[in-house]
Amino acid sequence: MEVLSSLGHGFAVAFEPLNLFWCFVGVFLGTVVGVLPGLGPAATIAMLLPLTFNMPPTTAVIMLAGIYYGAKYGGSTTAILLNVPGESASVVTCLDGYQMARNGRGGAALGIAAISSFIAGTVGVVGLMLLAPPLAKFGLSFSSPEYFALMAMGLAMVVLLAGASMIKALLALLVGLWIASIGIDLFSDASRFTFGQSELLDGVDFVIVAIGVFALGEVFGNMEKRGEGTMLPVPKGLRNLLPTMAELKACRFAFLNGSVIGFIIGVLPGAGSTVASFISYGIEKAVSRHPEKFGTGVPEGVAAPEGANNSETGGAMVPLLTLGIPGSGTTAILLAAFILWGLRPGPLMIQDNPELFWGLVASMYVGNIMLLVLNLPLIPLFAQILKLREYFLYPIIFGISIVGVYSVSGSLFDCWLLAVFGLLGYVMRRLDYPSAPLILGLVLGDSMERALRQSLMMSQGDLGILVSRPISATMLILTVLLLFLPLFRKANAWRIKAIEENG
Amino acid sequence: MTQSKWLKGDVVSGGVLAALGVYIISEAWRWDYSTAEGPGPGFFPIWYGIAMVLLSLVLVVRTASSATAGKSTDWGGIGRALTVWAAFAFAIALMKFIGFLTALALLTLFVVAVMYGRPLKVALAAAIGNAIGFYLVFGFALQLNLPAGPLGF
Repeated sequence: MEVLSSLGHGFAVAFEPLNLFWCFVGVFLGTVVGVLPGLGPAATIAMLLPLTFNMPPTTAVIMLAGIYYGAKYGGSTTAILLNVPGESASVVTCLDGYQMARNGRGGAALGIAAISSFIAGTVGVVGLMLLAPPLAKFGLSFSSPEYFALMAMGLAMVVLLAGASMIKALLALLVGLWIASIGIDLFSDASRFTFGQSELLDGVDFVIVAIGVFALGEVFGNMEKRGEGTMLPVPKGLRNLLPTMAELKACRFAFLNGSVIGFIIGVLPGAGSTVASFISYGIEKAVSRHPEKFGTGVPEGVAAPEGANNSETGGAMVPLLTLGIPGSGTTAILLAAFILWGLRPGPLMIQDNPELFWGLVASMYVGNIMLLVLNLPLIPLFAQILKLREYFLYPIIFGISIVGVYSVSGSLFDCWLLAVFGLLGYVMRRLDYPSAPLILGLVLGDSMERALRQSLMMSQGDLGILVSRPISATMLILTVLLLFLPLFRKANAWRIKAIEENG
Repeated sequence: MTQSKWLKGDVVSGGVLAALGVYIISEAWRWDYSTAEGPGPGFFPIWYGIAMVLLSLVLVVRTASSATAGKSTDWGGIGRALTVWAAFAFAIALMKFIGFLTALALLTLFVVAVMYGRPLKVALAAAIGNAIGFYLVFGFALQLNLPAGPLGF
């Protein structure tokens, strides 16, 4: 009851005209930066922070949080329509979203992304409201061995992302781990695999690899065909632009899976929305009745990662607001903003600033509804992009890719790296190497190595630490089960074949 | 045209990846495997380097020993793709001297006129329209600093 009365007070704050207006500005700006690759929510919040100094802190927090979760909505648009991930967490959405667009279901994919984002975003806020204190405690019980086990479980998802050849998927994963190792080793200051280039000391930015391998690799592959250029199929009529009941029905579990996984992973500092989207996609594929169709344009393949990506926002707010621990770059900037306004997020935050905490929670409900209302009518507008002929579309993709990379670092060297990874993406496509495992290795490689080395430092080299703690042991058992999943499937297929032959 | 089994893409890519694995191991060998505090910078790369060499060799042996001939290769298509890639890389090289917008316009002109054989008028309109569109969205509205040429754009 206390929660409901506090939430009621929060809604009174969120519905103040000034807060409603800035909430709308925040989610609108968030959608725009989400659509544009390279310009992420962290950079946008940092840029707009000085503008909020004259605002009341609650209003400012409501607007900046709106940018944060609004960007998650927008990130799926270019991933689905152009195979260019608008932000890192949208990489997984490319896998099935772009294939849906190629199959003439681009509008439906955008609709599913918006609906899934709305459901999961709302679940994330409910989770933030109800589970903040106990979940924050659970998150705190995670130490390096648990993080290593979580990352290992993430890497084991490779078995679900593999195409026809598991060996090629594993090799792509190892290349991803290698790219993740490039740069200065944080523990020893040794520079690794930098080829004497000072620009590589900071490592290779994830955005460069993702845009190069996914977007440019696809474009170079399509350029092989000679011709005047064909259009992607454009759905006609509003009914075809929105998801069908059958598609929504197919996404039932994906909505739930994305919401829950995204929230739990969001609570764990450092894991982030990219990991959440990979894991929820992997789970969705693992439990699906038709896992072989994933990657060919199934709606669940869009709903699960998009849901996880959005629910993660509510989760990430838990350690930020209740413990003062930022779990990602964006929440770190939000933390800096809180401190600038003289607020100190932590266990006393809810008690000392109930208006701000509950006003923010209520504004996130309101903001999610605004985003749905804002995004669904825009689908027909976004779908017009599909009407462009290839020879107009591809130079636009080239331009967006360069801007996306250059705007992150302002470095021409990174644009050269983009060209290199574009070529790598094309070669991988040509030789049937799946690109998702490479991205998975790149995303998890650094955190996994760090967690493993910290664990072994804690135990003075004893690997037993990884299996002697209940949470990490459970996750490692799940990892092993996941790795053996293809063998179980194969054995089951043989069994069914043998029964059919005998009977 | 079918490929001999030694020219199959999997054999070649497996060989390249095995070489990459050997490079990773040889580099990692120079760094500490373990230190007084725990595992060193060479610890993780050595293990994934070894895994890369082993998996690549499995891929090479499996492909080379399979009885089926490789898929026929569309060298013309590969040539087209690599030409566009070279044009893209050239545009990046040009950005330093003529700015992003002009380089993008030239790249658009090349793709539309040369790769797709559209009339020059159409290609020019696409090139200029693309450059103006990018300026309006990223340069004007979002105030992003993009590489500029001698004319200031």
